Amino acid sequence: MTESMWRNVVRHHLFWPAAILVTLLLVNLPFTPGFFAIHVRNGHLYGSLVSILIFGTPLILVAIGMTLVIATGGIDLSVGAVMAIAGAIACWYIDRQSDQSSVVGVLVAVVLALAACSVLGLWNGFLVARIGVQPIIATLILMVAGRGIAQLITGGFIITVQSKPYSTIGGYIWVVPTGVLIAAVAVTSMATLTRRTALGLLVESVGGNAEASRLAGIRSRRIKIIVYVLCAVFAGIAGLMNSSNLSNADANNAGLWIELDAILAVVIGGTPLTGGRFSIGGTVLGALILQTLKTTIFTIGIPSQANMVFEAAVVITVCLIQSPAFRARVMAPFRRRRPPPPATPVRVETTETPAEVAS
Amino acid sequence: MAEQPPVLRMTGISKRFTAVRALSEVDFRLFPGEIHALLGENGAGKSTLIKVLTGVYSRDAGTVELEGQPVEITSPHHAQQLGISTVYQEVNLCPNLTVAENIFLGRELTSAGKTISWRKTRRTAQSLVARFGLDIDVGLPLQSYPLAVQQLVAIVRAVGPADAQTKVLILDEPTSSLDREEVLTLFSVMRRLREEGVAIVFVSHFLEQIYEICDRITVLRNGERVGEHPVSELDRVALVRLMLGRELRGLDALAEADRAEPDKTVLLASGVGRRGSIAPFDLKLRSREVVGLAGLLGSGRTELARLLFGADQADTGTIEVNGAPASIHGPPDAIGKGIAFCSENRRTEGLVPDLTVRENIILALQASRGWTRPLSRTQVDKLAAQYIKALDIRPSDPETKASALSGGNQQKVVLARWLITAPKLLILDEPTRGIDVGAKAEIQKLVARLADDGLAVLYISAELEEVLRVSHTVGVLRDRTLVAHLDNGPELTEDVIMGTIASGASGASQ
Repeated sequence: MTESMWRNVVRHHLFWPAAILVTLLLVNLPFTPGFFAIHVRNGHLYGSLVSILIFGTPLILVAIGMTLVIATGGIDLSVGAVMAIAGAIACWYIDRQSDQSSVVGVLVAVVLALAACSVLGLWNGFLVARIGVQPIIATLILMVAGRGIAQLITGGFIITVQSKPYSTIGGYIWVVPTGVLIAAVAVTSMATLTRRTALGLLVESVGGNAEASRLAGIRSRRIKIIVYVLCAVFAGIAGLMNSSNLSNADANNAGLWIELDAILAVVIGGTPLTGGRFSIGGTVLGALILQTLKTTIFTIGIPSQANMVFEAAVVITVCLIQSPAFRARVMAPFRRRRPPPPATPVRVETTETPAEVAS
Repeated sequence: MAEQPPVLRMTGISKRFTAVRALSEVDFRLFPGEIHALLGENGAGKSTLIKVLTGVYSRDAGTVELEGQPVEITSPHHAQQLGISTVYQEVNLCPNLTVAENIFLGRELTSAGKTISWRKTRRTAQSLVARFGLDIDVGLPLQSYPLAVQQLVAIVRAVGPADAQTKVLILDEPTSSLDREEVLTLFSVMRRLREEGVAIVFVSHFLEQIYEICDRITVLRNGERVGEHPVSELDRVALVRLMLGRELRGLDALAEADRAEPDKTVLLASGVGRRGSIAPFDLKLRSREVVGLAGLLGSGRTELARLLFGADQADTGTIEVNGAPASIHGPPDAIGKGIAFCSENRRTEGLVPDLTVRENIILALQASRGWTRPLSRTQVDKLAAQYIKALDIRPSDPETKASALSGGNQQKVVLARWLITAPKLLILDEPTRGIDVGAKAEIQKLVARLADDGLAVLYISAELEEVLRVSHTVGVLRDRTLVAHLDNGPELTEDVIMGTIASGASGASQ
């Protein structure tokens, strides 16, 4: 590989998330021989990598929805509660059926749950885009109230269902885990939706400069509402997967704290919290990094009471490695001879950057 | 003055950014008690020279002497300790803090117990601003005052407190967002400082102001010093020639050229107004016609334009577009009717800095199509390439981040964004503010050409000279009221417009 090709690879916006993921995976190898092995057992794909994918899928779904919200300069804290509501509605409906294993019944349950989620997304979008509530406050309302709504639906109990079609969502289709299929479809359709239409551009524009976007004729309210609805629906799907996997609806614990992991995945993936440019691929990598980290903590035998602290330390390191400004500072003593990279200028009050001098 | 030793002497200053030579062997000297204009087009090296002087950049070669002693300026803080203070174009203060807090930020006045003495701070600040002829309450947040006052507070902060013995004060385009009266206040402060022996470096794009206030001019071009002259020995034409390095063809030719006759009415506003913003006005905009708007800052120029575009909602009056009543409730409505609006605030209301030039250019067209009907990549590339070429946007790579462009090129990107929507009416609010003379002439010529091709143009500018050069008729605003429509002709001069602004409708012809 020539030097210039190598440089292009390093400059790619997914290079650092990918490198971090690979490193984390490699760390596991000495502790778990055959960590990378994948085989079929009992007619199902099996292996450490497969488990990471399976357990990571709800987070991937929630995080790609969150990516768009964050790209508009917003945030959605209610995704965990929305997951709980989706599971609660589905299980409540299935529980009422005389034949819990009726495919039609399960389909209706799924549609019902996702329809409810889009209404919740509309509510969030309405508060943010129409009323003008700060996103963190607007979605905090549903974050708190949502668990209450879920409890009302479940009647305060954990509803357990025995439905074969329903458990397929969190189970397997042939040898492949259903969740992985759903996530693959979700990621592809989200990428298509944002990059094959103009939605991605308009989202980035609204997040990059809201007033300029308004004056360019972008109906930013509409864009924001769409984004919150998408986020809620994706959270709903994640909630169904979660609930199907456990065959129950737990209003209190389903999707608990997932909003924080999702935000973290988005940031690790390279989408700034201030809005603007976003990267779906980066977010997927970010989610996988977090999931791999959780696995790694167990395989390398960190004592359980040190889990949280260790995770936090790794996350901070990962975030720092992801920051171009930090890398530039660390690398500065080593690249005296070479011209400085065209990274973000460090000076604060420059009105004329070197690039402008050039023009 | 020449017999006095200079307070500052920079000799043979060179500075290079990777491939670009920003300064090569520039000499610059500054005498106590003078106001010295530092001029040049964008990218001539003014900012770089200032940043070398204030320790933001380190120089590659050359020497700096302050009061005869060689100095090595290592940081802006160090420059300040040496008595070199800078006030930047954009006010670098904290708008949420009070005026007094801003003035003493980082060098708080303490009482015996080493705690901040707010009483002392307030009292000293009050006497300081009074010394600069400002009648303001220093206990109020800075943001409660207009930009001009904030700018003056920045100067007070830079030179005021007695501990900083300011020898050199650098004002980097302090007047670009001030109106006439505010400029006069600033000038009186500058004159007072000059009398006290402070040497002032004044960077400005407004030639009028330079001739009004400055004693000496240094001109930079392409990183080299091309001349240093007393103001009295350099007339405007010679100055512009020095800055551009070429004759100012086209700039004046514009007004002389035969202009096409106005065609059919594109937009007719009757009694359109908004309470607290602009009084109801009538305005007719025809294709092939440039209507200029003149008036002081805050006279309602921008407010008028924003109503026509639906950026703000009018609460009285009706608008007809192409003879049919139009209800304009927001930018999308206006764009749908073929109206385009370039805001005066390029950075906050025009450009999306994170997006590329290509994305910025297609933004308005894409927005009007809605997100579900994307322009194909081939179309986008073709449009972007076409307009980058037509408007000579540099660098010409459509994938450049818009924030990396110079002011003039950013303005062209915003213009391109609107031109590809094929508008019938183009509203330009200060399209040439803060950009260099060459780019300015290009944009003015472009506007004339667009009008000749059948566009209706509403052109707002704070510079009367510019309004006169580009417009067929001139609307004059005063105190948020459109007071006169004047036909542009040989008899219409800056003085007539200024008279109209000063006295209201009485100065109007017809």
